[in-house]
Amino acid sequence: MGEVIVITSGKGGVGKTTTTANIGTGLAKLGKKVVLVDTDIGLRNLDVVLGLENRIVYNVVDVVEGNCKLKQALIKDKRYDGLCLLPAAQTRDKSAVTPEQMVKVADELKQEFDYVIMDSPAGIEQGFKNAIAGASRAIIVTTPEVSAVRDADRIIGLLEANEMEDVKLIVNRLRQDMVERGDMMSADDVVEVLGISLIGIVPDDEQIVVATNNGEPLAGDDSLAGQAYINICHRIIGEEVPFLDLRRKKGFFAKLFGKN
Amino acid sequence: MLFGDFFKKKPSGETAKDRLKLVLVSDRSACSPEIMERIKNDIIEVLSKYVEIDNEGLDIKITQADGESPDEKAGPALYANIPIRNIKERN
Repeated sequence: MGEVIVITSGKGGVGKTTTTANIGTGLAKLGKKVVLVDTDIGLRNLDVVLGLENRIVYNVVDVVEGNCKLKQALIKDKRYDGLCLLPAAQTRDKSAVTPEQMVKVADELKQEFDYVIMDSPAGIEQGFKNAIAGASRAIIVTTPEVSAVRDADRIIGLLEANEMEDVKLIVNRLRQDMVERGDMMSADDVVEVLGISLIGIVPDDEQIVVATNNGEPLAGDDSLAGQAYINICHRIIGEEVPFLDLRRKKGFFAKLFGKN
Repeated sequence: MLFGDFFKKKPSGETAKDRLKLVLVSDRSACSPEIMERIKNDIIEVLSKYVEIDNEGLDIKITQADGESPDEKAGPALYANIPIRNIKERN
């Protein structure tokens, strides 16, 4: 029986979908069976970030409306054994699915997969409620900015009200150079303000833009962000991995010291 | 003076953190001004049975409480500053 994890943030544009794609890819690389569910109905994007946009036939709304079987809507990622996508509908809106229906879909997926990852839309309305409904764990993505952290705090409050016990934080797009000169909050600052524990720090890395351009997630490759994502995946499956030293330049030292 | 200003200027990251802490205190308490006014009036009513209160000088607010250690997060706390004019005679 698998676990259902929701990736959410409150604020839009902080990197939920990129994070979901990379966590999915990373977990698959670690040998897990993973399904990524795009719950952003009407504004689907997980398909393009994964490079699977040309293979969509059915979507999650087709599943809940009974137009197809759940298995027919799943897209197998041929590059990574064990990774599947359940895409959102693009021509409908959030009201096309209810939280109860999402719980049913998640319960069915749990039978087949080790991890069911729900990519939540921005906001705190219906789409968010759908995304968290079937989940027992949550990962909050934020950037070290006042607006994103404030929204993350609101989300943490809502998750607590929904009795979600396992809530972890990813600080995304951290710029170590700015932190060092005092012009950006550090991951520790964000953790102190929000009061939840950290599961990952992802540096602001140009390679993420390149990866998204190509529709090829970079978890596990030798870029700094790729290493950060694979470390997050190790922590998700319960392994202890030290946090990356972001001051390190990739290249010679990365090869010398290996994965950490 | 310029030299001094250079050292006094707060880094913007620190400003961000301070602003966030303040805004989150009010976000988390979710207490409207009307509710605060009612709390204030109730406090006056109760305390007035025993002491004479300076109603004008009374100040209550919701802020972040200090935890046991610097790293510990404490919830919001109600702080009240209630000046007493006179302690009433017990009868």
